[in-house]
Amino acid sequence: MKRLLIWAPLALFALVFALVAGGLIKPADRKIHSAMVGKPVPALAMKPLLATKPGIDSAALKGKPRLLNVFASWCIPCIAEAPQLLKLKQAGVEIDAIAIRDTPEAVQAFLARNGDPYARIGDDPTGKAQIALGSSGVPETFLIDDQGRIIDQHIGDIRADDIPAILAKLEAAK
Amino acid sequence: MIAEAGLAALWLATGFALVQVMLAWGAAKGALQGTGAAVMTALRRVAVVQGMLALAAFGLLIALFVLSDMSVELVVENSHSMKPLIYKIAGAWGNHEGSMLLWVTVLATAGAGVALFEKRLATATLAATLGAQAAIAIGFYAFLAFASNPFVRVSPAPLDGRGMNPLLQDPGLAFHPPTLYLGYVGLSVAFSFAVGALLMRDVGPAFARAMRPWVLAAWIFLTIGITAGSYWAYYELGWGGWWFWDPVENASLMPWLAATALLHSVTVLATRDGLRAWTVMLAVVAFSMSMIGTFLVRSGILVSVHAFAVDPTRGGFILALLGLYIGGALALFGARIGTVKQGATFELVSREGALVLNNLLLSVILGVVFIGTLYPLVAQAAGVQLSIGAPFFEKAAVPVGLALVAATAAGPLLKWRRDQWKTLFGKLLVPVGVGVIAFVLVFALGGAHWMPSLALGLAAMLAVASVIPLFRRNLRRTPLHIYGMVVAHLGIAVSIAGMAADGAFKVERLAAISVEQSVTVGPYRVELLEVRPAVGPNWSALEAHLKATRGDDAPIDLFPQQRFFANPPTNTNEAAIATLLDGQLYTVIGQGDGAGRWQIRAWWKPFVTLIWAGGFLIALGGLLSLVGRVRRERRDAESDA
Amino acid sequence: MKAKHQRLVLALLALGAILGASALAMSALKDQAAFFYAPADVKGKPLPLDRHVRLGGMVEKGSIRRAADGVSIRFVVTDGQATVPVAFKGVTPDLFKEGSGVVAEGKFQPDGSFVADNILAKHDERYMPPQAAGNMHETKTLEQ
Repeated sequence: MKRLLIWAPLALFALVFALVAGGLIKPADRKIHSAMVGKPVPALAMKPLLATKPGIDSAALKGKPRLLNVFASWCIPCIAEAPQLLKLKQAGVEIDAIAIRDTPEAVQAFLARNGDPYARIGDDPTGKAQIALGSSGVPETFLIDDQGRIIDQHIGDIRADDIPAILAKLEAAK
Repeated sequence: MIAEAGLAALWLATGFALVQVMLAWGAAKGALQGTGAAVMTALRRVAVVQGMLALAAFGLLIALFVLSDMSVELVVENSHSMKPLIYKIAGAWGNHEGSMLLWVTVLATAGAGVALFEKRLATATLAATLGAQAAIAIGFYAFLAFASNPFVRVSPAPLDGRGMNPLLQDPGLAFHPPTLYLGYVGLSVAFSFAVGALLMRDVGPAFARAMRPWVLAAWIFLTIGITAGSYWAYYELGWGGWWFWDPVENASLMPWLAATALLHSVTVLATRDGLRAWTVMLAVVAFSMSMIGTFLVRSGILVSVHAFAVDPTRGGFILALLGLYIGGALALFGARIGTVKQGATFELVSREGALVLNNLLLSVILGVVFIGTLYPLVAQAAGVQLSIGAPFFEKAAVPVGLALVAATAAGPLLKWRRDQWKTLFGKLLVPVGVGVIAFVLVFALGGAHWMPSLALGLAAMLAVASVIPLFRRNLRRTPLHIYGMVVAHLGIAVSIAGMAADGAFKVERLAAISVEQSVTVGPYRVELLEVRPAVGPNWSALEAHLKATRGDDAPIDLFPQQRFFANPPTNTNEAAIATLLDGQLYTVIGQGDGAGRWQIRAWWKPFVTLIWAGGFLIALGGLLSLVGRVRRERRDAESDA
Repeated sequence: MKAKHQRLVLALLALGAILGASALAMSALKDQAAFFYAPADVKGKPLPLDRHVRLGGMVEKGSIRRAADGVSIRFVVTDGQATVPVAFKGVTPDLFKEGSGVVAEGKFQPDGSFVADNILAKHDERYMPPQAAGNMHETKTLEQ
């Protein structure tokens, strides 16, 4: 009895430790689920925002894996994300974008300042397309496979150490 | 250059900490054989140098922030050249890396303090203690060096920094984290003492006396930190509440609960040589709670539903340190505690008995808060998303807390070792009578709910009971630590009274009114005079001008604001609070409806300020006690020599 | 207390305290845990009517209606798959606006709507974020 009591604190601690370690290894999925992962991109037809680039037609987002980046010129984390997107583009990834509640002039200036990784930019003046995608803010990035299905949703800015994982996922989706 | 010097100081400190562990081993071994005085002297010096190096590293980081050196990543991320100086300085610890550097700095400085000032403890135990302290420091130096280096440069350097969360630009918050850290880390000294005493099989009154001032000091800082944090949340968040049972708040409450229990059990050990194993256990638990608190805040695994950014590397590192130190200490406890002889025994009805009751009740509260804070993780392992809110804690912890208030009233009236129920009842007659009268007045005549009424009754009882120890005593000859206890217990009564009064009598009004209309809240009529724009150094705001009148008193002007910060873009609610003798009038401006009406939310909170006044009284009591104890120790040390 | 057994009694008391805390916590947990739902979770399923829960999602664009009293509002929470109408009386948080994330605390009604007694904007930062999390994900719009 006595021996048992002596070691009880350590046992209790081990239990808590295992629990917390478990929580750390498998972090809580506390973002609101887009529920779009695994589904085809919803039917979207967005006008081009800039005269120099085509808009977004979800039917055309097929053929090869790509990223669909939800961004805005007024969003500060998007600036932080820009170098990573350029790196992804250099790695051969096609990146399309949806500009949320934005203006051509502002986006033009944003791209001139931070680089332009985008193949297409769709104009989403009301945020409707954003809602259809189940995105709740900017920046967010959807990974789309060659069949036009969403395979992942990255919430927040893409950091330098996210790049390998993203490239691997796109590679696997071929 | 400064950044490199800071990093060098950190590495040097790490080196000294390593040397300190080895010297500690040698000194402890030598002391057991009656030799090694020279090693001990070297050990003390190394501990002091290590503390100074850590302090230098932290000072250099502050210098980087003051100079706005934008070639350092941490400064870029957390500062801005336009920020007021005080927030530049506070920016140094208002982020992950800086706060961990502050943590290890306090740890090393406390170790240096032990080396400098501890004179009466057995040499072997002191050596083992300093070794344990250095071993903890090494873990955190490694954490800084490998997972959160604060001195990383960026190239090319940006023109200016990226600001700081405007919610954090607040004088209260600038000094809140360091205060809490002083408390957290102060408990590391108690932990090291416990480990040292276990290693050297020296668990007894001498060890308890050496540990007590550190526990007291840590506890004072924790008390101040929690009190200030609560007031900050109260006026900054604009929700009228003063405690939200948020994981971050619980992370500071849990070490406080453990430290409070330790504070009382260490007194039993120091005075009566009782509760040996229990005190050692509590010292380990208290520091565990500090580390778990740091882990919860820093890893982000539990920060409520509306935050993301889990950092598994950092969290994993702290968790590994936690497993190493706490697991190690508990294993040591299991291996050694059997060899610690049972201390002095006591009767059930005695001061010791009351302190055991105090410890048990505190442990139950701690357990409840701990379970409630970590339960979401259990649920998550089972695949369920949930969060635990205030109702849980109020239901599970508050009744135990009230029982503890009653025990606090009785404890100091008991004699050490053995007392009689009859004498206790005799002494409690007056306090209980006052409590019952207060309860009846509030419950029956004031029309309050029974729970806050009971709390007010118990607070009244404790207030009276807490001053009884001064009764019929020569006040000039009463030792300072008795005054400390009286003031601290009185502070608890005051604080509980504030909480109960707020719970029982607060009035809340929410209305949309246009200019020149008014709402009534409690005794006040609040009129909206005007809504106008206002500007500050880095924000603009919508400001309402409210005029509050009560009877024929002079009207009070209130200016609640909705602030918009530019960098990063955020808006915050600035409540306007009028503090009166009998309570606070708390006003917030909400949205406009576009047709000239504005949402005004107003609370009348009678005697709510007592909550924080009580908190500071508790800390003051701790301070009196600390001064009294240290003075007495010094006198005893002189008479030893 | 018998001197010989005092230590054992104390240890058992400590164990009792831990068990007591667990029992207290469990009994309070049974009905106090706020469960988290997204609109799609309750679509076509029995509603958790008797529980205090949290409903998370986005405020549907154009759905916010303010009542004549100036303090009651109705809006629709969506997760892209399903929607739930929500009624709330009170001051909404700073970051509450159409198209942004929201967590509502309250109860489902038999008709499928939700009455909230508290609204948290998904991105409001009540405390020090793990690392200025507020910077990473914007929910502002150009119009403001």
